[in-house]
Amino acid sequence: MHIPPPRQSLLAGKAALAARLRSVLPDDAVIDDPHETRAYECDALTACHCPPLLAVLPASTAEVSAVLRICYEEGVPVVPRGSGTSLAGGALPTADSVVLGVARMNAVLEVDYANRFIRVEAGRTNLSVTGEVEADGFFYAPDPSSQLACAIAGNIAMNSGGAHCLKYGVTTNNLLGVTMVKADGEVVEIGGAHLDAPGLDLLGLICGSEGQLGVVTEATLRILHKPEGARPVLIGFDSNEVAGQCVSDIIRAGILPVAIEFMDRPCIEATEAFAHPGYPDCEALLIVEVEGSHAEIDAQLAVIKEIALRLDPVELRESRSAEESAKIWLGRKSAFGAMGQINDYMCLDGTIPVSQLPFVLKRIGEMSRDYGLGVGNVFHAGDGNMHPLILYDANKPGDLEKCEAFGADILKLCVEAGGCLTGEHGVGVEKRELMGAQFSSDDLEAQMSVKDVFDPDWLLNPAKVFPLALSAGRRSAA
Amino acid sequence: MRPESEEELAALVAGARCPLRVIGGGTRPVGHPPEGAVLSAAGLSGVVTYEPGALTLVVRAGTPVADVEAVLAGENQRLAFEPMDHRALLGTAGVPTIGGVVAANVSGPRRVQAGACRDFLLGARFVDGAGRVLKSGGRVMKNVTGYDLVKLLAGSWGTLGVLSEISFKLQAIPEAEATVVRRGLSAAAGVAALSAALGSPFDVSGAAHAPAGVLADEALTLVRLEGMGPSVRYRAGRLAEAGGEIVEAGESADLWRRIRDVQPFAGRAGALWRVSVKPTDGPVLSERLAAAGLKHEALFDWGGGLVWLLVEERGDAGAAVIRAQVAASGGHARLERASAQTRARVPVFPPRPAPLAEIEAGIRARFDPRGIFNPGLMG
Repeated sequence: MHIPPPRQSLLAGKAALAARLRSVLPDDAVIDDPHETRAYECDALTACHCPPLLAVLPASTAEVSAVLRICYEEGVPVVPRGSGTSLAGGALPTADSVVLGVARMNAVLEVDYANRFIRVEAGRTNLSVTGEVEADGFFYAPDPSSQLACAIAGNIAMNSGGAHCLKYGVTTNNLLGVTMVKADGEVVEIGGAHLDAPGLDLLGLICGSEGQLGVVTEATLRILHKPEGARPVLIGFDSNEVAGQCVSDIIRAGILPVAIEFMDRPCIEATEAFAHPGYPDCEALLIVEVEGSHAEIDAQLAVIKEIALRLDPVELRESRSAEESAKIWLGRKSAFGAMGQINDYMCLDGTIPVSQLPFVLKRIGEMSRDYGLGVGNVFHAGDGNMHPLILYDANKPGDLEKCEAFGADILKLCVEAGGCLTGEHGVGVEKRELMGAQFSSDDLEAQMSVKDVFDPDWLLNPAKVFPLALSAGRRSAA
Repeated sequence: MRPESEEELAALVAGARCPLRVIGGGTRPVGHPPEGAVLSAAGLSGVVTYEPGALTLVVRAGTPVADVEAVLAGENQRLAFEPMDHRALLGTAGVPTIGGVVAANVSGPRRVQAGACRDFLLGARFVDGAGRVLKSGGRVMKNVTGYDLVKLLAGSWGTLGVLSEISFKLQAIPEAEATVVRRGLSAAAGVAALSAALGSPFDVSGAAHAPAGVLADEALTLVRLEGMGPSVRYRAGRLAEAGGEIVEAGESADLWRRIRDVQPFAGRAGALWRVSVKPTDGPVLSERLAAAGLKHEALFDWGGGLVWLLVEERGDAGAAVIRAQVAASGGHARLERASAQTRARVPVFPPRPAPLAEIEAGIRARFDPRGIFNPGLMG
């Protein structure tokens, strides 16, 4: 992955910049020691790394504003960072940039059950938002796999999803308001505890803009009361096609499970060896979870079982206890770790129309043979969001490049099948150069012109989302 | 002008030499009446792709809402956000289009549970002010590829672009519905009951309060449940433990249609405000307006957070006092219905704070550089 070369003038100004930043931040909130800045050289896309010029850890909106104002005046690029769990390189720095980490801003500001919202500082982790309201029966719905670590700020930047968004939607559907600092340091309030935008829907625009329009410092999030219960069922099939058919039939029957997860044979075998969840020996496995009152769960599972049995499953296992539910989910939740035991892997994130599942899985299998690299598929089938895991050996010269080329081919296949490059991880640097497969140059120009409005000098996370050649003029004008 | 294809639409816009009044069916004349030649999207009609097994529909923007609903009903599906029909309320005739619903981000009572129109948009194609055909999003359920310009178009009232094609996420029509009806509560007590219901595990899909004389002689506090039959009966029963009777099926549906279309205030004299506040602020707003001497009638939807206010159409139709109260608590107020003279005097859309007004103006300048789409409609 190409990282744009640093500007020498910015590298030369490092000491002066650090001094200016220390005039508005506590000493320990400015990190300029080259050993310490290494901690910010990458996110969860570990194949790419580049230490930043500096890192800063502001503790308030006012401090974020002061930092951004200084960087704006000095013409220094700023890379916002939540918890650094991006799989797309969303928080990957350039050597001449300042990484702005929001981790010190993690307070809960307000909880309001009557109006069903929570207001938090944006560095707070996703799971600890639910943690704050759980004892009172509430939860925050978006649940990305990294929820233990990932920050709300990053969730908003990437419009994160999760396993349960089939029913509850993704971040943008659960976000009510933000406090955001623009590239020039100006603080704006958008939305709040009320619904809908009074003018243009700027909140909808900011969510998923990958930290390119502003730095979100506070967020008002919708919280919901937990249902009375939830129960999964595990269904094994001897072909991907039939499993895909089952997904479509369930949706068509009017059932809306909270999650429909899909694992293929390579993934089932890897998780079985790693976590021993006791999965059946089969080609494709679905975990379908429904929730509601006990009567509702029984009624929904009855319909699902009827549909599945018509398709002659290898196995159909309904959970009868919390322990059995946990065991059904165990393999799915350890799938990434299990694949990581086999080899290094790259996790993709394309989305396709559900009807295209069998075709796309078949093509991925063929491509896997052509490239000579293994692939495991584990994904959110209800919404067509695929997560092919391509196995490669980082120590073998040329393997990473081969893996990247294979990944690009899979994502192009997703677009050709009527889908998109990324369902929930974001474009970042990883899919930047593929944007032309999905969008025309006019489409991309329209998006870049939106960034011009918020950040005319292109200082915020500049080398992301758009193909470098397309954004070059704007980035160098700064 | 009534283009029949996207290419024709793009050519018309590119060649336009004067402002354009962009409409779908023309049934929602909200905002400052814009000048210009009428450009109707109604000629861009028809379903492009419908995949019931994937809960997705791609449809041309000028397709009548009724046609969309009929096609979906054939597969026992629907638009989850329950768009209101403005015709009776605004005294308009014509055929509402799906593009108009999106352009105005029209959502009904189910917004409180399922989300707004903008939450169900998977993608859109549109023509911008320079005549470029652009797209954002796609037709899949999860998509974070590039900026979400679709959200920006929803609720932009045709001021950023003319929609040509829209993709929706759909919902299955549930087997049953029921409404728990409580009578005689004050607005504050009614909204407190709605908060309790919405904060329960029972997945409430509608929560409204109509003060005495609005829907019935007595005040009615309404909570809707939808889903599989036994589940609806169970949940309605649990919620009715706090008081109230249960009405089902057609009777329940009829109540929510009246709330959705703000039917009690249709055909009534006076100006109408649409106010969005934090739900528990709804009744407080009404009390404060009364204390400030503004005579009004109110209907509360969205758990109390959507307040329809019917006021006498005199002076500024209450704009100053309403906007001052809303500003104090957080939220916004739109003058949904008033005479052209009143709308010429009073900002219909809420004035925006300076930094946001600047951002919005910047966005408009990029998408409609010549300022030809519905100029001035949003203020």
